[in-house]
Amino acid sequence: MRFTDLARSLIAAFVLTMTGLPAASFEVEAQKVYPGNGTTMIRVISTADLDVFEPFIAQFQAENPEIGIDYYVTSSAELHTAITDGAAFDLAISSAMDLQFQLANDGAALPYNSPMTEALPVWARWRNQVFAFTAEPAVAVISRARFAGLQRPSTRQELIALLRQNPDAFQNTIGTYDVRTSGLGYLFATQEARNSDTFWRLSELMGTRGATLYCCSAQMIDDVASGQLALAYNVLGSYAAERIARDDRLEILELEDYATVMLRTALIPTTATETQAAGLFLDRLLQEGMREASSLWALPPLGAAETPEARAYGPIRLGPALLVYLDKLNRDAFLRAWSDAMVQQ
Amino acid sequence: MIRTAVTPFWWRSIGQRLTILLAGIAAVLAILSWWMVTSFAREAAERTQDNVLVASATTIAEALRSEQGTILLELPYSAFAMLGAIGEDRVFYRVAADGETLTGYDDLVPTVTPERPGDVTVRTIDYRGDQVRMVTVRRTVLAGQQPVPVLVTVAQTRTGVEAIGSGLSQTAAILSVALFVLAVGLGTIAAGNALKPLNSFAQAVTRRGPADLRPLRRKVPDELSPLLVALNRLMERLGQSIRRSEEFIAEAAHRVRTPLATVRAQAELALHTVEKEDEKQMLRRIIRAVDESSRSASQLLDHATVSFRADALARERVDLVELAGRVTEGLQPTAEMKDIMIKLTAVGPATVLGDAILLESALRNVLDNSVKYSPEETDILVTLDRLDDANWRLMVRDHGRGFPPSSLPELTERFKRGANVDAIVGSGLGLTIAEEVLDAHGGRLELSSPTDGAGACVSLILPAA
Repeated sequence: MRFTDLARSLIAAFVLTMTGLPAASFEVEAQKVYPGNGTTMIRVISTADLDVFEPFIAQFQAENPEIGIDYYVTSSAELHTAITDGAAFDLAISSAMDLQFQLANDGAALPYNSPMTEALPVWARWRNQVFAFTAEPAVAVISRARFAGLQRPSTRQELIALLRQNPDAFQNTIGTYDVRTSGLGYLFATQEARNSDTFWRLSELMGTRGATLYCCSAQMIDDVASGQLALAYNVLGSYAAERIARDDRLEILELEDYATVMLRTALIPTTATETQAAGLFLDRLLQEGMREASSLWALPPLGAAETPEARAYGPIRLGPALLVYLDKLNRDAFLRAWSDAMVQQ
Repeated sequence: MIRTAVTPFWWRSIGQRLTILLAGIAAVLAILSWWMVTSFAREAAERTQDNVLVASATTIAEALRSEQGTILLELPYSAFAMLGAIGEDRVFYRVAADGETLTGYDDLVPTVTPERPGDVTVRTIDYRGDQVRMVTVRRTVLAGQQPVPVLVTVAQTRTGVEAIGSGLSQTAAILSVALFVLAVGLGTIAAGNALKPLNSFAQAVTRRGPADLRPLRRKVPDELSPLLVALNRLMERLGQSIRRSEEFIAEAAHRVRTPLATVRAQAELALHTVEKEDEKQMLRRIIRAVDESSRSASQLLDHATVSFRADALARERVDLVELAGRVTEGLQPTAEMKDIMIKLTAVGPATVLGDAILLESALRNVLDNSVKYSPEETDILVTLDRLDDANWRLMVRDHGRGFPPSSLPELTERFKRGANVDAIVGSGLGLTIAEEVLDAHGGRLELSSPTDGAGACVSLILPAA
């Protein structure tokens, strides 16, 4: 018995070292180990920041003290590369649902079944491989100071009219994602362009007003808070809500015509070794996501996909159509058109 | 070793056989229909997937264009969105111009390529660990002045198709089982219904009286009419055979009676001529024996007559008073030999419908019995009265040894005699004849032992006209 146990842990250690090697081939923004009191350790790769996820991990470990968690934070593109290259992770959590879908479609995800996954709405799972646990709308954040005396637009048509009528107020004070570098920005932009032709008119207008392009939501919100920007368009709603809760210089612009809703998804890669513990972690994620509001994180629940403006087009569909904008030719074409509209030389 | 084939209990009745056979047929049909529905459903789902794949590939092919010698393509969103319609299936695609991958999965190389533009090939292959359905469409695009063949390949796993197929198969299975149960129920009813004529036919035969050999006249299904005809022929032959033997007995009795009469006359004559007492005794014994034989022959004749005439009973008006008078008078000489008085008490008229010869024979046999079993110098009372509104009763009461209570029920059976007959010679036919006659007339014979003293009491009960 003792010998086999020893042999097993030796093999496990060897396997871990061997399969752990590719982990070095991608860029890690942050990494932290939350040790458990058992031998199980699951490796989680995620796009969510540590401070967003830490309370959840603490809660999970309170319920499952024997499971240790090795948490890696990286960008969605790096996460995709890492899993495609075969890096050993037990769970991959990403806000880029198109990339997550592609991973599953290309056969890099294991199927997982549990009462919790069965309880998910049909639109929140694909092939029992990709599971959504948040529904996060893209929102527009405005600076209260900059919008003083201005009528709040309630649709994108009104927003366009407002931008047209007040060229001075908005010159160089609009921020949005640089879709060439941000995967999330690209997803929001392509889906919005597909759903509504106001997107291109708005983009063109933002280009005319000399919009500033950002890589990430956080910086955009910072600049709106400081008053450098009057309007940040297509900011991740969860980040905005969390900031607004403690910063009254900011306000979310309620656009009632529609909202593009992204799903944050998790999958168990085929390289996973601790599938059982990963399943427990995944179940706990889904449980948290199906609550009306979570006390553990600021991420919106799946129920956020049920608001009237989110239902105009529904959440972005987990399905083969996500592959369309990942196609190199399509991406090039879209970026060309976007650059023409936005970056006016 | 003799081995008898044992029929299983569920194979013994036609109804069960029919039910089991029908159930077997229903099971075969149910399985067949399930299999058919399943394969049709699967094929339909597969065709649907093929059509969607072809539509998708064609949509992509249509989006191909060329600009200044380069082939350009913007994948239409709908081409991929439609692939999500069947189920949650993995999707792969490849667009190749002149063998060079333009976009998509490099290793998704079609095994068979369409030869002419517009042609479509559909294949099932293994790709990335899954079975996929692959559709390839060919289109020629002019790049500059050069026509370039472009192959658009779209492939999809078959999970959705299989899910649809197995879902429909399950529904079909449930329906088939329901159909089977229904068919078995209906089959049982049908088997019961089909066998109803046979059962009612059997009941009709069973219900018949023991002597009823008339042909069966009923409407039966065609399949049963040979049986009916055969049964009727059998009964006819049986009837003929019975009649022949009755005729034979009657003839035999008749032939025996005549020489017996001669013997008796000669014996009587001799009785008067001989003088020695022991010789007289011997002759008397001869006469008695001849009388008994003659009487038995008469009874056999009577019995045959009854059997014969009862089949086609005459229905004429008969006055019982007159009949009783005639019979008593006829038996008077025999009675007088034993110093027996037959007293007739009858108030008439008492009319019944029937055969006078048979009724006479019945009463004669009863009265003859009484005379035979009565001791010398006693009375026999014959009384005719009304039993109730519907029946006449002719009662014969003697003072003989009576009926032993133990043998009362069986006395009317043919050749059965009481347990107390001792040395008295008899055939045991008398009461049988009487009963058969009364039965034929719708009456009955009642035997009883009177409560006031010794003797027997026989009542002939006949319905009044």
